[in-house]
Amino acid sequence: MLTINNLAVSFQTRRGEITAVKNLSLTLDKGEVLGIVGESGSGKSVTSYAILRVLDKGGKISAGDIHYSGIDLCEISEREIRDIRGREISMIFQNPRAALNPIRQVGKQLEDVLRRHAQASAQDAKEKAIEALKSVKIRDAESRYHAYPFELSGGMCQRVVIAMALACNPQLLIADEPTTGLDITTQKTVMDLIRDLIRARNMSSILITHDLGLASQYCDRIMVMKDGEIVEEGIPSKLFTKPSHPYTRKLVNATPRPDDSVRCLLADEIKSPEPQYAVTEEVLLDVKNLSKTFKGKNGDVHAVKDISFQILKGQSLGLVGESGSGKSTTAEMLVRLIDPSSGEIQFEGENLSTIPSKVFATHLRRRDIQMVFQDATDSLNPRHTAQDTISEPLRRLAKMRGKTLIIRVKELARLVGLPEHLLHRFPHQLSGGQKARVGIARAIALNPKLLILDEPTAALDVSIQAIVLNLLADLREKLGMSYLFVSHDLHVVKLLCDKVIVMRNGGIVEAGDCEDIMSAPRHEYTKELLAAAPAPPKRKDVTELA
Amino acid sequence: MKKTTTPNRVRAVTGRIAQTIPVLFGVVVISFLLTRALPGDPAAYFAGAAASEESIQQIRVALGLDKSLPQQFLIYLQDLFQGDLGQSISTGQPVATDLANRLPASLELTLSALLISCGIAIPLGVLAATRPGSAVDHICRVLVTAGVSLPTFFTGILLIYIFYYLLGVAPSPLGRLDFIYIEPDHVTGFYLVDAAIAGDWETWVAALKQLVLPSITLALFTLAPIARMTRAAMLSALSSDYIRTARASGLSDKKILYTHAFRNALLPIVTTLGMVFSFTLGANVLVEKVFAWPGIGSYAVEALVVSDYAAVQGFVLAMAVLFVILNLVIDLMYTAIDPRIGFDSQ
Repeated sequence: MLTINNLAVSFQTRRGEITAVKNLSLTLDKGEVLGIVGESGSGKSVTSYAILRVLDKGGKISAGDIHYSGIDLCEISEREIRDIRGREISMIFQNPRAALNPIRQVGKQLEDVLRRHAQASAQDAKEKAIEALKSVKIRDAESRYHAYPFELSGGMCQRVVIAMALACNPQLLIADEPTTGLDITTQKTVMDLIRDLIRARNMSSILITHDLGLASQYCDRIMVMKDGEIVEEGIPSKLFTKPSHPYTRKLVNATPRPDDSVRCLLADEIKSPEPQYAVTEEVLLDVKNLSKTFKGKNGDVHAVKDISFQILKGQSLGLVGESGSGKSTTAEMLVRLIDPSSGEIQFEGENLSTIPSKVFATHLRRRDIQMVFQDATDSLNPRHTAQDTISEPLRRLAKMRGKTLIIRVKELARLVGLPEHLLHRFPHQLSGGQKARVGIARAIALNPKLLILDEPTAALDVSIQAIVLNLLADLREKLGMSYLFVSHDLHVVKLLCDKVIVMRNGGIVEAGDCEDIMSAPRHEYTKELLAAAPAPPKRKDVTELA
Repeated sequence: MKKTTTPNRVRAVTGRIAQTIPVLFGVVVISFLLTRALPGDPAAYFAGAAASEESIQQIRVALGLDKSLPQQFLIYLQDLFQGDLGQSISTGQPVATDLANRLPASLELTLSALLISCGIAIPLGVLAATRPGSAVDHICRVLVTAGVSLPTFFTGILLIYIFYYLLGVAPSPLGRLDFIYIEPDHVTGFYLVDAAIAGDWETWVAALKQLVLPSITLALFTLAPIARMTRAAMLSALSSDYIRTARASGLSDKKILYTHAFRNALLPIVTTLGMVFSFTLGANVLVEKVFAWPGIGSYAVEALVVSDYAAVQGFVLAMAVLFVILNLVIDLMYTAIDPRIGFDSQ
């Protein structure tokens, strides 16, 4: 149905021509779901854009051909390919809210597509658009028709995007990271919806993702891409059991599985012994009846409702929940960036909740509680070198200057595995993993007792996530810090934490030992979360199969 | 999160107008104090060069300038509430009458200039954005740079030289209407509108002829910010994700450009328009001078030179009210363009 031969895509940039995809060939049969897996910069999205010729400015197909049902998509005119887009082949995108026009009603956007491909006339367009919304299981479709994207949740927006893609009954659906940025339960519903719809309509599909686990669950066949080339191809179970290419092996290794420990993610060559943590009985942080209420447009919003928990010295606690569960608000209160509405934060017996957050920046305890932020790029000042960034807390809070400062910065760089010559680079000159290291070095500069990690690996590729998680485990072992690890992913939390708290709608639904909760969740919501996570084959099974 | 209902909107607009009352009061206070701080004695000026000390003092008493500042201010406020802006000492007319005659002249000039400017700058910006690096883009850049770097009085004189002196197609640059025509009855103060209402098309054409050169002069000057902003806003809109979605859905270029990209680009364009409008209204005094246009800018400058307190205060107040209205209109346009901007949240 779709055949690509020796495709090459290049981009014209200021520094000359850059080849994003080279020598790519693939075939796709009718009714087949093909997964293309790769990390950022692998050229997987570019490939999908090339099929529909919607490459960004400066990009062009420099070699090869793309045949769809006997038509050469590279040869036909712009007018002809426009008839194919949306009608024969359609796409859904990552970040669904940005993929919709923010100031046009979603129903109207659907109508645009329907009318473009003569699937509806001016009279019945609205009716058909509502029908399309219903087909992606949007409740109350009649009133949703008039909604603007900002009035809908991320999952709902993605449904609208799917409705737009499927409105004209295309034969091939290309899904480019369709669940990035969505909650894990939403990810499952969206993916299940896509799978059911393409099965029901007997369509073919290409799923592009960075998540090997997700691909293995929904695809018939997987291709692994690296640096613009396909390095391996196979059925999911074979890829997991017998990855032949070293890169695939690395990727398979780095994908967290239910029965993993943090060291399992690393390749055998660099595997170090399992970390031994020293957890004491001493209470470091004691949170009592903590609440936070925000003033909203339509009355008060109870972001965090009366939660209590403890962290022992040397312990690592996971805080799991979906967006809107109140986990980030909790983290911000604990790191004392915002003030709680009520409740107490006892830190080594001292009540910190009475100190206003404005004053806390200069308080002695500021050194003891530090934070690693979610986005490694956005949380670094683009005009500061890595050294400036790491020195900042040392200068401000420890009043370090001159030689001692430089020695300490170098020591920290060594500790987080940042090569010394990178210290003089600016954030844009560093890779994602290196930026994460800088952020961690800054947070541990003052030897904090409690480190709050707010989804530190959410924006990283899996292979880098594996390394950063191991680094965090090493640091905890060496420095004896306590962690509060905020994440939406129970499997990642389990790698790093002893205890876990599951939050929903501002309250705690379940708390306990990581192992217990993962193996025998009591609360319905926890079960749902665990079931929603993509489940690549367990490592044990894999070895047995092999 | 439903669309703002009409009574809601009316209430929001009223609230917005109420918010401007303290602003206007502040303007009244500041303009009063600043005019008093100006050097020069209006009584001495009014009395003339040959006046004796005594007659100057008499005039001072007649103008109420012998009273203390707070007293003067109270009297000014009292008059203001009765709609009396005072008497201009240089024209001898009530300031309110002067403003009623001159403000429409300036507004007519500014608005027609902006109309011309938008008519050229926005299509030019859109074209430049769709073809960056092309000939259109370069023409746009040259025109924009030339427009902004030539001072208005220079372009004005150049245009007069070519079209009036050399070619003789333009009427003499002496005000809003050639002396052989009679002013249309005062309804709005805009000659084009008033003449149209009166059905006097001969006068309408004459007024238009007078308007063409000064408004082109002003339009050339305002071209730059609008064209640049249109280009930048269109470029960023065209590179956003929803445009890719629209392209991947097979929509036509026209639909993508106008329905999707342009409407999203409108917001920054409207913002720029508001800014351009306010600075043009204040800055068109040079054009008014060159074309002997009886506008509010030249009026204010003349009043300022002779410390004509009432006239200056009247001018500042009129401008303040105008800006308040302008901002309100722009905010209303925002909510009309972008549903994300709720009126009540502001």
